[in-house]
Amino acid sequence: MRYALILAIMMTVAWLTLSGYFIPLILIFGAISIAIVVWICARMGILDVETVPYMSLPKTLSYFIWLFAEIVKANMQVIKAVLSPDLKVSPTMVKIPLNSDEDIAETMFANSITLTPGTVSVDMQPDYILVHALLEEMSAPEDFKDMGERSAWAVGVKAREI
Amino acid sequence: MMMSLILAAAVSSADQGASLNIDWLGLIRASLSCASILTGIFFVMAGTLGVLRLPDFYTRLHAAGMTDTLGAELVILGLIIQSGFTQMSLKLLLVAFFLLLTSPTATHAIANAAYKAKLKPKLGKYTAPSIDGDGS
Repeated sequence: MRYALILAIMMTVAWLTLSGYFIPLILIFGAISIAIVVWICARMGILDVETVPYMSLPKTLSYFIWLFAEIVKANMQVIKAVLSPDLKVSPTMVKIPLNSDEDIAETMFANSITLTPGTVSVDMQPDYILVHALLEEMSAPEDFKDMGERSAWAVGVKAREI
Repeated sequence: MMMSLILAAAVSSADQGASLNIDWLGLIRASLSCASILTGIFFVMAGTLGVLRLPDFYTRLHAAGMTDTLGAELVILGLIIQSGFTQMSLKLLLVAFFLLLTSPTATHAIANAAYKAKLKPKLGKYTAPSIDGDGS
């Protein structure tokens, strides 16, 4: 029931953002569409945390602000390496241990790694992520540990000690 | 061209016949959005150069990732500043949000496909071949 309500609110916001018409006919159409979609989701039995990944907004927002600063920093490093005439890069493969068993925390962590330029998560295994780094200094395990703890905190999952 | 665009935005609200009345807020907004878009274009161009210069598939992914994080987001930020508090801004914000979700997923899917197909990554130090070498 709670998931159905959150899904309906999210879809209402999306409808109002994208349509921009506030005349009764269109609003009624929107309400009918949202009701049908929520009903189909409930019938399929997919109203769970994976379909409706709601999380605490302040935590997630502050995490994204921190992540954006990291992205800018990493971009500077990559741009320096790419534009320098002798193109000094040192590609590395490194195994990063996962600090949680929750799907949403793993997804958040792997997506954050890929979003930061210079590191791409190549393969997901049950207990580690295989990461390809463009520069050797980007593959320091401490940085990843920090990011893993922060991303688990952002989605409200308790990280385990690694 | 950018300069004339900024000036046109600034004096567009000047009164007819009255003395030159500069719209300072519009001027600041136009310059901020131009600066943001130009920086974004710089990142996209640097990313393109990286795709051309880097040695193998996996390293090229990093350069491509640079274009769709900071490059695209800065261009969208510039467009948001230009359109102000309108519905268009909300839509652009939605585009930025979806880009932030989908681009790492696509990058991971490509990298994972290459890894599963057993493409060996080039590891270790790499320096660009010198242009005044054997001419290859």
